[in-house]
Amino acid sequence: MIYPWIWRNLPGNTWVRAAISLVAFLIMVLFLFTVVFPWAEGVLPFLDVTVSNSQGAAAP
Amino acid sequence: MSVTRSAMRGVGELLITIGVVLLLFLAYQLWWTNLEADRAQGRIADQIREDWRNGPRQPTDGSVGPVDFGRGFAFLRIPRLGKHFDVPVVQGTGDAELAEGVGHYVGTAIPGQVGNFAVAGHRATHGEPFAYLDQVKVGDALYVETARHWYTYVVDKTFLVDPTDVWVIDPVPGKPKATPTKRLITLTTCDPRWGHTHRLIIEGHLMEARFRFDGHPPLRERA
Repeated sequence: MIYPWIWRNLPGNTWVRAAISLVAFLIMVLFLFTVVFPWAEGVLPFLDVTVSNSQGAAAP
Repeated sequence: MSVTRSAMRGVGELLITIGVVLLLFLAYQLWWTNLEADRAQGRIADQIREDWRNGPRQPTDGSVGPVDFGRGFAFLRIPRLGKHFDVPVVQGTGDAELAEGVGHYVGTAIPGQVGNFAVAGHRATHGEPFAYLDQVKVGDALYVETARHWYTYVVDKTFLVDPTDVWVIDPVPGKPKATPTKRLITLTTCDPRWGHTHRLIIEGHLMEARFRFDGHPPLRERA
């Protein structure tokens, strides 16, 4: 169980741990929004709006 | 704590994490991409107006010249899609261009030119300019504003094709070898809205061209 383990190993009192957890969560969200999701939506079909000879990646 | 119980908790944690990531992805698609597209469209719109003020390389016939990839050069207005529907037209149909407005298929005619002025736009997410393109009807007006002109196109056909049917953006649609004589416009987007099995095509022809200094056309839903 990764979350309890992280919590136990964070330094400081409850407030400090909560603050660090929040920052870590926000960094993960930022990473998802700027790297993972832009990649993921390329795999999904919503962006395919052009007519194109090549199926898939080349057709945005 | 027993091993089973511990394993169950681990699975629970994993499922919750997946759930949170999926919710975040929804937020990204439905909210964040549109927010980013709004900002990008504003930037591109400023760039276009700036170019027009500075009077960049304009051919003497008053049409728009060869446009650099990724640069905006016109605005598309479709009153059927709203009084304030006014999207920048950007050169190129890659993801980057389509996130800034609607994308002009490189190599197709420029607005007002003989041939086929072909444009693609997102149906869902990233500003989704063509979200409700299916509501555009035959006889509706499409307006294109360029550095010097206002062009009024009339919709002739709306239909669905397969994603590989590139003939729709031919100078003479379906006749790749033919020499064009008409001034056409073609809009493409995906269909169904959240799918990609087909493309929704709107085809029209030029009804009127007027100089910008003569003021804008009436901007009605019907041409």
